[in-house]
Amino acid sequence: MIGFQHYLLLAALLFGIGLLGIVFKRNAVALLMSVELILNAVNINLVAINKYVLGGSGLGQLFALFVIVVAAAEVAVGLALIINIYRLKKSSDVDDFNILKW
Amino acid sequence: MMREILASVSIFDIVFVAIAGFTLLCALAMILFNNIVHSMVAMIFCFLGIAGVYFTMDAGFIGMVQIMVYAGAISVILIFAFMVLMSRDPARSNRYSPRKGSILAGFFASGIIAAMLGYAIIATEFPVSGLPDAEVNQMEVIADLMLGSYVIPFEAAAILLLVAVIGAILLAKGVEKDR
Amino acid sequence: MADILNYIWLIPVLPFLAFAAAGTVFIGKPATAAAVSIFAIAISFIISIITAVLVFTSAPGFIYESSLRWLDMPGLRVEMGLLIDPLSALMLLVVTTVALLVQIYSLGYMRDDPGFARYFAYQSVFAGSMLGLVLANNFGQIYVFWELVGLCSYLLIGFWYHKDSAKNAAIKAFITNRIGDFGFLLGILLLLITFGTLSFSQLPNQIGQYSNAAMLLVIGLLLFLGPMGKSAQFPLHVWLPDAMEGPTPVSALIHAATMVAAGVYLIARAFFIFSESAQVMSVIAYVGGFTALFAATIAITQNDIKRILAFSTLSQLGYMVMAMGIGAMTAGMFHLTTHAFFKALLFLGAGSVIHALHDEQDIWKMGNLSGKMPVTTVTFIIGALALAGIPPLAGFWSKDEILSGAFAGSHTILYLLGVFVAFLTAFYMFRLIFVAFFGSNHGGLHAHESPAPMTIPLIILSVFAIGAGLVNTGLTDFAFSRYITVSGLEHHEPVSAVMIISSLVAAAGIFLAWLIYQKQIISAEAIKTKFIPIYNLLQNKYYIDEIYAWAGKNLVLGSSRLFEWLDLKVVNGIVDGLAGFARWSGSKLRLLQNGQIQTYTVYIYVGLIVLLLAAICMSVNAWLI
Repeated sequence: MIGFQHYLLLAALLFGIGLLGIVFKRNAVALLMSVELILNAVNINLVAINKYVLGGSGLGQLFALFVIVVAAAEVAVGLALIINIYRLKKSSDVDDFNILKW
Repeated sequence: MMREILASVSIFDIVFVAIAGFTLLCALAMILFNNIVHSMVAMIFCFLGIAGVYFTMDAGFIGMVQIMVYAGAISVILIFAFMVLMSRDPARSNRYSPRKGSILAGFFASGIIAAMLGYAIIATEFPVSGLPDAEVNQMEVIADLMLGSYVIPFEAAAILLLVAVIGAILLAKGVEKDR
Repeated sequence: MADILNYIWLIPVLPFLAFAAAGTVFIGKPATAAAVSIFAIAISFIISIITAVLVFTSAPGFIYESSLRWLDMPGLRVEMGLLIDPLSALMLLVVTTVALLVQIYSLGYMRDDPGFARYFAYQSVFAGSMLGLVLANNFGQIYVFWELVGLCSYLLIGFWYHKDSAKNAAIKAFITNRIGDFGFLLGILLLLITFGTLSFSQLPNQIGQYSNAAMLLVIGLLLFLGPMGKSAQFPLHVWLPDAMEGPTPVSALIHAATMVAAGVYLIARAFFIFSESAQVMSVIAYVGGFTALFAATIAITQNDIKRILAFSTLSQLGYMVMAMGIGAMTAGMFHLTTHAFFKALLFLGAGSVIHALHDEQDIWKMGNLSGKMPVTTVTFIIGALALAGIPPLAGFWSKDEILSGAFAGSHTILYLLGVFVAFLTAFYMFRLIFVAFFGSNHGGLHAHESPAPMTIPLIILSVFAIGAGLVNTGLTDFAFSRYITVSGLEHHEPVSAVMIISSLVAAAGIFLAWLIYQKQIISAEAIKTKFIPIYNLLQNKYYIDEIYAWAGKNLVLGSSRLFEWLDLKVVNGIVDGLAGFARWSGSKLRLLQNGQIQTYTVYIYVGLIVLLLAAICMSVNAWLI
């Protein structure tokens, strides 16, 4: 009874929760965590497509693998940036990262 | 009607619903907790839940990679970052933004997006093909692809990782003050 | 004799060459310049006579045309050509005769003037232009020479350029002419656009087949503006009285006989256009009639001898134009011919008087000249009688043709107007004569008869003034009407009643003038004081000049103020408004960028929503639920 669309629905819900997290939270690290959640939702999508639409050809899993690689790299660089800004602003609150305003 | 639904429910469905529900719960918890450490723990459980979802899809390899990379490495990085930055007051370090306007806007926007996606998913006819043979060795298939037709993206990903690591180190080192 | 047609082109060209020679090479040798100029016009005169003999001894309807393609572009063909038909042959005769006589007269009149050579150069170029105008075979060429004639008028009116009044008069003449010429040019352009040709020989056919009455009305009115300017019809008449600032021979030639007649000539040439539209003909007739009345009423109060003659010219031009307007083209041209002779005579006579009295022009300072200047007096009286329309002098026949035409054509108002103007004409001319030539010597000036170069042309012209009218009477079997006519035009036999009435009216005018100014039975002063407001109005030429000056100044000031307001408020307002709007919108839009990445993230979500919406709406599957 559980089919392709349920996996997609799960992914969509996780995606929505991740979107909410980005605008909802003040902590910079929390932002990064929400982005990771979004990427994971995408991965679920890809693997589900791999199973149900591509007939298990492994392509979807490969794509998901690359997404994981990119996500890892992005977390590393993002955290390095946050550490730098923290040194400048002495705060990890994104509301304080507002130098580029009018 | 309920009897028919109950009759067609299999173990697989129950397991899936349980794991999916758990994942969603943890994701919600992740964004609702005010304490960042609680948030991170919820995130780890969420990733584990997602790994479980992968296992239900017969994608064993990806599930293992998920556990190792996400629940293992990335969560650890994030906890380390938190330790460097916010160890002073963890209890209230992950509050939500006080601007009422942005909360409302954010809720609406993400809600609408999720709703539209959901609607699109429900309303679309997907070209679902036959389910695969579960006996196939996932790793062989992926390895064939990765080192065969898709070797270039593989190598590119490797370079990307290298650059990211070096970049992160350089960035985190910071600028020499007395230059 | 037909070979003469090969030499027609010399008629306008010779005077132009004389101008070039006299104006450059001989400018320092006045006698030679005058000789060259007179020689050129004399040759043109001889050729014109031979041509006229040729034309008037052939059957009526003789036409000779020769033209040269001057400019040939797609959509624009300009030709320069010569057209000889009875009308142009007649004008050639008139122009060359009067021009030759005036130039001979000028030998005496301008003898002591330092600009003698320049004067003859200008006379030549004027003669050349006028002859070119008369010989033109298409509207374009006429327009070119029309403008040239206007230029020469400017040069000659402003001949004594150190006098401010002369300078201003010359400019006034040129500008007023230009206003008329502007309308004329618009009419020509409309003709060119509508018919594609400007030739006098090709247009009549096309006009006959053309049916758009509104367009013909517009073209006719626009074309009429040219003669209104050149022939000084109301309201473009203001330049002619002031043009008397020029030397008197110039006034005789240009402003009596030839240039002002160019307008009437044009109406005759373009008659086939005007006659197609009854409204245009009415406009022409009433403008002419009004001008005649208007000028005659002013003339009875003027005190300068040349001004009286100038207003008289205006009045007679009104007669000619009125004749054209009621369809009596023959009568109009006839009057043009006779008028040329006796008006030139009158002007030259006046010049003789002015020269003898050392530039005195006020008639109240003259008096009793008859004893001292017999030839001038007699010729002047002959001219005045001709002008007043006393039979059997020339003016009687031509004026009667016009009045008969008005009477027979049932134009009652115009007929009565013409009769009244005839009365006034006789009155003011003999007022002039009784005051200036008879009576006591008011001004105490000494006079003596003028030298031969001045008196001989006077005598010759008086012969014409007596005899020129006979060409259109029973004696010559109405020769004039046979040749100068338009097809389909009826020739009215002069009505006896009209002839008698007009003679009586003229005599009455002379009698009244005799009573007031010679016998002084009725006192002029009494009448003047009794009707002082009317007198002032007439004396000041109905204040037209003042009205024009006031209107011009206020129009210009008013419109410039309007445009200044437009420029400052509207144009600047728009530009400043745009800039201000850009600034304002910028100041509002920049508030979007508050530096918070979460705000930007929401913007991204909104965009994403829009895209998803579009994708959902566009996909067909989504509706199959």
